[in-house]
Amino acid sequence: MTMFLQSAFYVAAVIAIISTAMAITRTVAVHALLYLIVSLLAIGVVFYAMGAPLLAALEVIIYAGAIVVLFLFVVMMLNLGGEARQSERQWLSGKSWAGPIILSAILLAEVIYLIVRAQPAGGIGAMVGPREVGLALYGPYLIGVELASMLLLGAVVGASHLGRSAPGRTGAGT
Amino acid sequence: MTEIPLAYGLILGGILFALGLAGLLMRRNLLFILISIEIMLNGAGVAFVAAGSRWGQPDGQIMFLFILAAAAAEVSVGLALLLRFYRQHHTLDANRASEMRS
Repeated sequence: MTMFLQSAFYVAAVIAIISTAMAITRTVAVHALLYLIVSLLAIGVVFYAMGAPLLAALEVIIYAGAIVVLFLFVVMMLNLGGEARQSERQWLSGKSWAGPIILSAILLAEVIYLIVRAQPAGGIGAMVGPREVGLALYGPYLIGVELASMLLLGAVVGASHLGRSAPGRTGAGT
Repeated sequence: MTEIPLAYGLILGGILFALGLAGLLMRRNLLFILISIEIMLNGAGVAFVAAGSRWGQPDGQIMFLFILAAAAAEVSVGLALLLRFYRQHHTLDANRASEMRS
């Protein structure tokens, strides 16, 4: 079982990296979202292999199930056509992508060098089930739960306020 | 009992974060910028869970739950802003957002 989880970690990590790289380079929004779903599912498998089954379920339910569906709704509402694809391809062509990729790669190389040089001891894979997480969440971290609820309330109010069409503006849609 | 080394989990989080950062910097479409932010939050979450799992404590998972709440809030407000922007400018080009007047 441990060997299986270990190989599952490596396979899922490679899938997550490849699908994320595909997601950020697509020109069609729906294709990028589908690759993002694959990436999130792979990260869910990574979480399970790391011994966090609750987060594996939440990753699938909330990230792949709710947040990406929110993105899909917006893409459907925008109804972007072929010209958006053309302009997207035009934005991505040329040398505009070289700078960010080089800078990010340098930063990533530094981080990997620091992690490898520090040689963090120990391994991951100790199972921490939903029971322990729940007990800690509603024990020492209760204030965090309250603050998260206030953050979500603020987000709901802000989103509903921004989503309302402004009164008196012509051509504002519905 | 052989386990996954902690460094691999942290490096996976770092790679995902760097990919999200590269996407954030090189895209001009606001929708892809929001997607890249999601990827970055996920990378940070992977590092949290890996570090929490190393000690066999639930704290890393709880931090990921908070990241999840922050990501949900950020996405709802961000997408509402995006829809509003598209209604006014009829494009998703981030360069068109350089002016503050409506």
